[in-house]
Parts: sequence; structure tokens; C-alpha cells
Amino acid sequence: MALLEVSAVVSGYGQTEILHGVSLTIDDGEIVTIIGPNGCGKSTLMKTVAGLVNVWDGTVNFRGKDISSTPPEQIARTGLCFVPQTRNVFPTLSIRENLEMGAFLRKDDFTWRIEEMYRFFPDLALDPGRRAGSLSGGQRQMLAIARALMLDPTLILLDEPFAGLAPAMVYLVLDRVLEINRSGVSVLLVEQNARQALSVSNRGYVLVSGENRLEDKGSALLDNPEVSRLYLGG
Amino acid sequence: MELAGVLNYLVGFFIMVGIYGIFSLGLNVQWGFTGLFNAGIAGFFALGAYTTALLTTPAPDAAQVEDFIFGGNLAGLPYLDWGIDFWFILSLAAVALVCGIVAYAVGRLTLRLSGDYLAIATLGIAEAVRLMFLNEKWIANGSKGLYRIPEFLGDLVSPANYDYLFLVVVLVVLALLYLAVQRVVNSPWGRVLRAIREDEVAAQSSGKDVYSFKLQAFILGGIIMGIGGALYAHHVRFISPITFDPLLATFVIWAMLMVGGSGNNRGALLGAFVVWGIWSGTQFLPWFFADPNFRFFMIGVLIVGVILIRPGGILGETRRVSRVVGASSHTPVKEGGNPKE
Amino acid sequence: MTRPLETRLSPLSRLAGPIRRQWSPGHTTVAIVLAALAIGLLPFVHMGLVVNGVFLGAIIALGAVGLTLIYGILHFANFAHGDYMTMGAYVALFLTASFFPWLGVTSDGFGPFTFGFTLLIALPVAAIVVIAGAILLDRFVYRRLRDRGVSDLFMSMSSMGVAIALRGLVQMIWGGDIETYPRESKQVFHLPMDVRIPPDAIFIALMAVALVVTVYLVLTRTRIGKAMRATADNPELALVSGIGTRGVTWWTWGIGAALAATAGVLLAVFQGQLLPIMGWKFLIPVFSAVILGGIGNPYGALAAAFAIGVTSEVSTQWMNPSYKPAVAFAMMIAVLLIRPKGLFTMAGSGR
Repeated sequence: MALLEVSAVVSGYGQTEILHGVSLTIDDGEIVTIIGPNGCGKSTLMKTVAGLVNVWDGTVNFRGKDISSTPPEQIARTGLCFVPQTRNVFPTLSIRENLEMGAFLRKDDFTWRIEEMYRFFPDLALDPGRRAGSLSGGQRQMLAIARALMLDPTLILLDEPFAGLAPAMVYLVLDRVLEINRSGVSVLLVEQNARQALSVSNRGYVLVSGENRLEDKGSALLDNPEVSRLYLGG
Repeated sequence: MELAGVLNYLVGFFIMVGIYGIFSLGLNVQWGFTGLFNAGIAGFFALGAYTTALLTTPAPDAAQVEDFIFGGNLAGLPYLDWGIDFWFILSLAAVALVCGIVAYAVGRLTLRLSGDYLAIATLGIAEAVRLMFLNEKWIANGSKGLYRIPEFLGDLVSPANYDYLFLVVVLVVLALLYLAVQRVVNSPWGRVLRAIREDEVAAQSSGKDVYSFKLQAFILGGIIMGIGGALYAHHVRFISPITFDPLLATFVIWAMLMVGGSGNNRGALLGAFVVWGIWSGTQFLPWFFADPNFRFFMIGVLIVGVILIRPGGILGETRRVSRVVGASSHTPVKEGGNPKE
Repeated sequence: MTRPLETRLSPLSRLAGPIRRQWSPGHTTVAIVLAALAIGLLPFVHMGLVVNGVFLGAIIALGAVGLTLIYGILHFANFAHGDYMTMGAYVALFLTASFFPWLGVTSDGFGPFTFGFTLLIALPVAAIVVIAGAILLDRFVYRRLRDRGVSDLFMSMSSMGVAIALRGLVQMIWGGDIETYPRESKQVFHLPMDVRIPPDAIFIALMAVALVVTVYLVLTRTRIGKAMRATADNPELALVSGIGTRGVTWWTWGIGAALAATAGVLLAVFQGQLLPIMGWKFLIPVFSAVILGGIGNPYGALAAAFAIGVTSEVSTQWMNPSYKPAVAFAMMIAVLLIRPKGLFTMAGSGR
């Protein structure tokens, strides 16, 4: 049974339908990347799975349970954590407070987990009292991912984690994402220009205008000349 | 009660409905069509009433220990003796000017900011205006107020029958304003206002100068309210700072527009009729229903109740999607999981 | 490209540590001129009025800190905040003037104060009643509106309806006349420079300091306080982190209502009387403090409250005292002219 199974999901904002029946699956331990042109509904799909956007039709199954009408703060409890593309930290809270908020649902003493995150992202340990709003783009992305990891998720959704980062930083974050995956966390990635992401992915989906266009192994999508030309910038 | 008494009561009732209908229309331009939250209608009400009263009332009477210095009574000036009726019209123009300027100043200051700033600023302006008329006795006689405000066309009929005539005056002004507002909101200009109310960002990105449209709508609404205030002054013929208590000069008007249906001009008038009917009807009820404090309570409950139960009011706006219901009509919103818009 | 997050900062929870304020030269000039003006005026100002203004500022601060928290977290201007104050004052009146005497407990002139020790018991009870009322109102009014997804302005509008209904309720129960807590006249403290301090004012100041410090500790040290700041910062991210809206909302109302109820009781003590309209009238200085301090910023509200308290008291040296709310309002207008986002916000922040 798939870890996450999105079937024929329809959703959108207000009166505007953005997703017209999107399906995808992720198995345990996989990295899956969704690519597609700007405005194809990638971010909406992420928000729909995370519960921030209502599902109008279709189902979202996570670990065998239907979460399509579960409020977002409950979804976090089930082990599915979401890192938005922008606005993904609490800017006026310190680094440490951001991590504490990530662990809001934990009842145990989670100090060790924070220490673990400091080891995993050494940049964060430099000055834990620093306000998240004053961090650089890469550091902020690390903090955002660390915040999502505080709950020990089984699946983590990353919305364009490499957008706007310097190339060196992209490799650093990508390396951390692979490390997270090796520790047993499944990863769903959304990327616009996603050669690196696809190259490390087990599978990939191409999303166009709120509908599935293609699904294949990550490497196969990279080799597909049409995909390459249309969605990967030549 | 004999027939004449009933008739007199009804005439008085409909004069008030007509005057409140004008306020309600003015508020509809601001809130109903443009989405501007004016929490200080009383300020425009007072400015309108005082402006016309000061311009037309006879000079202060030393025997009455009156403190104000500007006696108005422009009609009494020898070289401009065109009669009170001419000055009445002219003073309405002055009212429009004064209220327009104040609305412009308030709007300029707050309309670029989020909507609550306007609400807070109008609240403050209303209180400042009230305090000014209360404390600056030289302007308008302080708490003793202005009286002997003349009647418009008072020479035409006997004083006993004057209310009939004034009812006609009020209805004519109301009809003119109604037609004007109706025309204006159905024009391209009015469509822009509604677009702004629905989605300011979208209106902005389609190249409309949102701020300037909001400012114009706010000024128009303020002028209409001022005219309502002027008619009120000539009707009751006595005004003092107590007249412009927020309850009867702001909140009741809000209740009227919300009950009747904001965004619908007929609704605004219907609301004035219904709420004023409830307001003046409850005084005949037994027990605590006649308690003015109960009516106070009721106006608040009415406003909240309409927003909760029937956001469109009785008539609502005639259009495709209702503003409030539209957001969630497609799908039930998750409990507690509704992110901020 | 990622947008720099600073531009989307909610100014609440500037509590995490010192921040760099980007004053432009123009604003520095304005600040220096204002400060110089204040210091230059000092010799001509009656010190008693300044001291009085500090006490008034403490009460404004209690109202404004709560209001600014509600504004920052729930995103609407609570026009019923003044009437929450009124409710608090009148519940305490019921307890001290009717309920405790009915139990056979009467007290006035406790220690150096004009009021009795029963007021000290009545105060927390009043706070609890107002907290309960605020949470019930949220449950039956505001939450239904939030779930329907109405605009923030509709929330403000319904809070105005709530304000009217609450005042009507107070008038129905207690009537519209002036009331006072059971009281006994007491000696005032005489200080140099002709400053007279009524002992009650000391109590007011101590209460205000204690409550503001408590709120500060809650916001910076507790799990729920940090969650409140996180929600103000970024509501969506708070949700996906598992921070439920409901708990944060209830705590926000709880803190706001408790501060408002206390402010109401203290205002009644300070003025020596209660009127149903007292809270509504106090709304103007309280809102002015919120805007002066930058909406959502509790530090700013605190500082602005004292500025408004002192200025409006000192203004009575030259102006009719009934203009005090107008002075507060004029300060707000001045700020809107110079610096619309408030005096105490960072450049580029705000909503």
C-alpha cells in the first residue's frame, strides 16, 4: 500500500478551480518530484495535501487513512509535514523558538531533537537566539526544513526548496534532503526547474494546467526529450 | 386616537424614515458599494445639521444668554434678502461643501491603509466634532444648542400643517438622491467601486486607481449624510450636541443598512423603514420592551444577528454571487482549519 | 525568487530580541524635535499633571496591549474592547456593592485606599466573567464568521454590534446613572513640586506593572505564548506546524479580556465613578495607543499609552479637560500623517 495516495483530487481557491483531478502515489522511502510550468497547480497540490486548501472532490489517503477533510493542524500530527515555498519560517521568532514551534505537538522533552537539528544543520547552531527573519535565504530554508522535521515525520513535502538559492547552497540543501530520505523519511518535492531534483528522484510527475500529464521514473523523465524541452528549460 | 392624530403621527414617522433613508443611502455608497467602514456617521450628521442651522438661524438673543457669536441668519441681511427659502437651498450647498471637505481630509489620511483605520478615524472625528460643538460655546451655543431653526417654505402653509409640506420636501430630496445614487452605482464608475469592494488587489492590478475611487465614494457618501443632517435640523428645529449621540446618529443607521440589505439602494430605504418602525414601535410595548436601554441592546443584537444569519439583509444585492457566502459556497469549510484569506 | 520575509512581518512578537530600527533621517529629526519640545515644555508643565498622566497611561496601556494582541492575532479591530472594560467595572460593582454586602461582608477604605478589600476579590472574579464572556462571544459570533471566511472588516463591524449590545445590557441592568464602588475618602500623598498622589493611583500603577510583566513572560516564556506570536507571524505555517487556531484564539481573548476587565475596574477607581459609556469613550485613547505603537506590537502600545496619557493630562493645563479624548485622537492623526504604520514599527514592516 502506498504511503500517500492522492486520487482524482479537485480543489482550488474561492470559486476558482485549480486542480482538475490530480492523482499521484508515494511509496515508503521514495523521493518523488512534481514538475510543471508556472501556475500548473504544483503549490496548490502541496497545500491541498497539507490541508490548507479544501479538497472539493477525490480523496487523499495517508498511511491508509483518508485525510481529505482533516484540518491542517491534525494532519501534522499524523506524520505529514509541509515546508511552504515562501513564508516558511516565523520571522520574529528566534531560531530556537521556530524549532520549538515545529515541535508544538510533541508532549515529550524534545531538547535532544533540537540538538539533533543543530548537528544536522550546523548553521542553525551558530546563534540560536537570532531572529529567523534576519537569516539568509539558504539558512532560512534549512530552518524551515528543520522545523518540519521536529515532529519526526514519515513524509515531508518540500515546495520549491531550491528556488532562489545560490548554486552552492542548492547542493548543500539537496545533500541534506537526501540524508533525510536515507534516514527513512519519504520526500515529495515540487520544482520548476528540476534537473537536480529529478536526478535524485525515484519517480516524477509532470503536472500541466491542474492535470497529470506524465508519470515516469526520475531518470526516464530527464531523458525524455519532450519533457526536457518543455519543462526543464531545454 | 382620532384620525387626525394618527395621520399626524404617521407624517412625523415617515419624515424620520425619509431622513434616515438618506443616511442609509449615504452609508450604502460607502459600505454597501465600496466596502468603507464609517463608524462615525454622527460626525457628518452633526456637521450637516450645524452648518445649515448656523447659516439660517436668527442672530443670538442677549436676553436668552446665548453665547454663540455667528448668528447666521444670512436671510436677514438687508442686501441679500432673497428670503429664507433661497438660503435653504444655498445652505444645503454649504453643507455639501463642509461635509465633502471633512470626508476628503479623513479619506486622504486613512484610505491608503487597511479598512480599520478609516473606522477608527471616523469614530474619532465624530467625537471630536461633538466635543467641539459642546465646548466651543462661541460656535454654536454649546450644550444649550441652537433653536429657532427656520422652516423651509414655512410661509406657504399654516404651522399646524407644516409637517405635510416638509414630508413632501424630504421625499423629493430622498427621491432625487436615490435616483442619483442609483444612476451612479450602475455606471462604470459604480462597477469599479464594487470591484474594489470584492477584491482590492485585483482592481488595483487591472489598473484602477483604487485609492482615488474610494476617496470619491467616501466623499459622496459623506455629502449625502450631511444633507440628511441638514433636513433633520430643519425638521426638529432644535439641535444640541446630545442630538448626535452615536446610538441614534450612527448605530441605528448601521442597523438600517444591514437589515435592509447593503449593496441595494431599495434595501437601504426598506431598512430605514423597518428599523425605525421597530424603534418607534417598541415604545408602545408593555414591560421592559419600552425601555430605551432594551432598544439599545436590540440594535446591537440586530447588527450582529443580520451579519450572522442573513448577511445580505432582507433584500440583499442583486448579483451573481453574494460577497460573504461566496467564499465558502463551493465546499464546506473545515472546522478550525480555515486559513486566513 | 523568494520574497524577503521582512516585508511581510507582523509586528507582534518583536519580543525575540533587539531589532534594528531603520529610522530615516526625516523621522530622526521629527523624534528629536518632539523630544526637545517635550523637555522644553517641562518647566511650564504642572508636574502633578504629568504624574497623573502616567497613571492614566497605565490604564490605557492595559487596554491597548490586549487590543493590539487581538488585532495582531485575530486580524480585526475589536470595537467592543471598551465595553469589555465597562463589563469588568460593573461586574466588580455588583460584587462589591451588592453581592458581598448581601453575604454580610462590607468593606471600604481598605488600608490607604478608598476602596475596600472586597474589590481585590472582585477584580479577579470580574476578569474571569469577562474572559468567559469574550470566549463565548468568540464561539457564537466570531468563530462562525471566521469559518465562513468573511473579510476582517465584517469582524470589526460585528464587534461594533457586540459593543452596542453590551452597553445596552449594562444600561438595562444598572441603569444609566453614575455609580461608585463603596468608598471612603483618604489622605493623598504630598510630594515636592506640588505633586499629589492619591493612594489609589499607586495601586493602579502596581497592578498595571504586574499585569504587563505577566503578559510579557507569557508571550516570551510559555509554549502557548510563543504559539500566539507564531500565529501572528504566519498563520498558515502555524497551522501546518500543528498549532491549532482554537487554543491560540482562546488565549488571545483570555489575555485581552482579562486586561480589559482590570483596566475597567482601575478606570472606575481612578475616576471615582462608573458610567455605562466609560468604556466606549475610552476606546479612542486605547485605539490611538494601538495605532501609535504600530498595530500588533505590544511594546509599541505600551510606550504609546504612556505618551498619550501624559499628553492628554498635560493638555488640560491649557484646554478644557473634556478635550482629552480629542487630544489622544489628534496624536493618532499626527502619527498617521507622519508615519502611518506607527512610531514603533520597523521600516517596511506591517500589514
